[in-house]
Amino acid sequence: MGERGSGLHRLTRQQFLALGASAGAGLALAGCGGGPQSNPAVQDVGGGGGKTYDGPKVDLAFWNGFTGGDGPYMRQLVEEFTSQHKNINVTMNTVEWIDYYQKVPSAVRAGKGPDVGIMHADQLGTNAARGVVVPLDDVANALGFDESQFAPVVWQAGIYNGKRYGIPLDIHPLGFYYNKGLMEQAGLDPNSPPQTKDDYMAALDELKANGVKGHWVSPFAFTGTLSFESLLWQFGGDIYNEDVTKATFNSDAGVEALSWMVDLVKEGYSPKDVAQDAEFIAFQNQDNAFMWNGIWHINTFKEVKDLNWGATQLPQIGSEKAAWAGSHNFVIMQKRPLDTNKVQASKVFINWISQQSIEWAKAGQVPARKNVRESQAFQSLQWQPKFAEEIPYVHFIPPEPGIADVQPETFDLAVNQAVLLKQDPKPALDEAAARADKLLQANREKYQA
Amino acid sequence: MTTQTGARPDARPSAAKAPSGGRRKPTDASPLTPYIFMAPYLLLFLLFIVIPAVYGFWISLHNWDYLLPGKPFVGLENYLDLFRAESTISGPFWESMEATGKFTLYSVPLLVVIPLLVALMLNEKFPGRSFFRAVYFAPYVLGVAVIGVLWRYLLDPNVGLVNYYLGLLGIGNIPWITALPWAWISLVGVTVWWTLGFNAVIYLAGLQDIDPELYNAAKVDGANRWQRFLYITLPGLRPVLLFVITVTILASANMFGQAYIITQGAPGNETRTAIMYIAEEGLRQFNMGAAAAMSYVLALALLLISIANFAVFRYKED
Repeated sequence: MGERGSGLHRLTRQQFLALGASAGAGLALAGCGGGPQSNPAVQDVGGGGGKTYDGPKVDLAFWNGFTGGDGPYMRQLVEEFTSQHKNINVTMNTVEWIDYYQKVPSAVRAGKGPDVGIMHADQLGTNAARGVVVPLDDVANALGFDESQFAPVVWQAGIYNGKRYGIPLDIHPLGFYYNKGLMEQAGLDPNSPPQTKDDYMAALDELKANGVKGHWVSPFAFTGTLSFESLLWQFGGDIYNEDVTKATFNSDAGVEALSWMVDLVKEGYSPKDVAQDAEFIAFQNQDNAFMWNGIWHINTFKEVKDLNWGATQLPQIGSEKAAWAGSHNFVIMQKRPLDTNKVQASKVFINWISQQSIEWAKAGQVPARKNVRESQAFQSLQWQPKFAEEIPYVHFIPPEPGIADVQPETFDLAVNQAVLLKQDPKPALDEAAARADKLLQANREKYQA
Repeated sequence: MTTQTGARPDARPSAAKAPSGGRRKPTDASPLTPYIFMAPYLLLFLLFIVIPAVYGFWISLHNWDYLLPGKPFVGLENYLDLFRAESTISGPFWESMEATGKFTLYSVPLLVVIPLLVALMLNEKFPGRSFFRAVYFAPYVLGVAVIGVLWRYLLDPNVGLVNYYLGLLGIGNIPWITALPWAWISLVGVTVWWTLGFNAVIYLAGLQDIDPELYNAAKVDGANRWQRFLYITLPGLRPVLLFVITVTILASANMFGQAYIITQGAPGNETRTAIMYIAEEGLRQFNMGAAAAMSYVLALALLLISIANFAVFRYKED
């Protein structure tokens, strides 16, 4: 029965989720520049540790979710690695992120998981607790990696329960994109985007006077919730308390943050009822002047003809500077028993890609490694260094197990309801926080059981 | 009707007397024959329906995350949680059931009536009939992903084509996919557009099964068009109607893709259907025990509705 109709039978769940990702959040990862340039071979200096591998030839399976414009960059790096390491053959497999976090655990469980993978920082705790990924402290030690070589915030984000589970590859913060054409039309200087609250509001007024709704506020996670989180931190608040047992996003800072977004809608700086990605489309259609979006879009916009745009750090609306950021981390998957040759080869692979992360930066990322960020090669990139300036004050979601499940059920909804003007910010956030407390409690019970 | 005469000893002599026209007599058949014929289907049914259903019920009695070492047995707690206001799942679950119920209520009548009208029209003889039959069926060929993305962009309140043209007519921005009741109007409208072709084809087949003699006889008796529809077409379509209604209710109650792609459950969780919530809870958050319990509650509800549906039609037959 039911063999018709709402059509579920004609599309697998994976396809749905994959589609959801590409239709929604995944658009974030779209975009592509030219292929990465080849780079001089980097020899594996120093014996032992984790930097060389002399054992028998091994095949490494490397899975990730780089389905957008970033995929070709990573593939190119993998090919180069394989051509330089005769006894390590890396096969890359790409799955949409949202699908990836369902597939990888079942593959690992079935003993068919990859050897190396990429995970977002906020997924590390969940996957550590579920036994999908293994601790990497010895890998970090063997490679001589420590906090001094990375941004502290991203280095810390890979630690759960006192153990390290991820080697950070990059940081991808939220930044401020501005449409220079619209700014010029409104008599604003397109080369000095507003960076303070007063300047920002003044600029929005100018745009409004010119008939442009200057800052489209999205009620969805991408980019509404990302903006809310950034503002919450800017106003001095935080999403959860220190030990992640209680939600604190309904603090005064949270209410201020969300109210600021809602007021943009109420006062006509943003249209009402912005749908998924509409702010992003309107930006390219010369209808939206300012947009807070992820660094991953820089290659998207490079390809849009006649779009005169710029990007820089988020303006400071609250009492301090802050921005949301995510991070891709290398992980090594659980296998029983772990093949020491493969682990050794994985270390070599992780170390090599980490050193090549300037190529990865070109895909629209800020490298996690300090020396790469400070290199001339990185500083000479057009937009990436602007986002890199946010590193001192970016915030991550804490890597508690199950944490990624709390947001869509709680403050994503509050942002949605408030920005759509269905509920006032405070009651929306209070309601969401009460539910978040329960979910945090349920997560603790679940992952300790 | 006994299909296995061989099982009845007294049937043997009489069957033996029957003239053999070269056909194997049923009595020669092993009593297992029908089961062997059904075996391939039964095997699949067992493997993909019965075992998963039983296993699912077993899962629903636990706090089940297949990767966690502890899967504590909780008895009926997952079911009871659905009825406890303070649990984390009861609120969202019943909200999602309500969304599913609303969608079913709004979409089924339209999906039963409109395709019937279309089928009646397409059953007439007119030039280009085959072309129009294809046209009405065409959207159904598309996957939900295609129609979902298509309509999401067409219906976008600010940058969509629909509001652009309405704007030219002087109609202000309608929040097609971000506010109620518009989100339901959009979801139901898209679904009707997308799937009416299927029901229309079923109706069309049913219409062609009705003996044209009946219409001729009715005409002779002076029945008008409406009377012919009421007293010949509708009764003739009764079994088809039962099928269409049952299948449409089930399909609408299983709605997932349209809301997942077009509205993403917004505003708030208003258009998040039960299947969407169950999938999120079970497959993304790995609370498989709770998700399995919800599936059983949903399945039970659909079972009751289907039984009621059959009962109504059987009653009418008497």
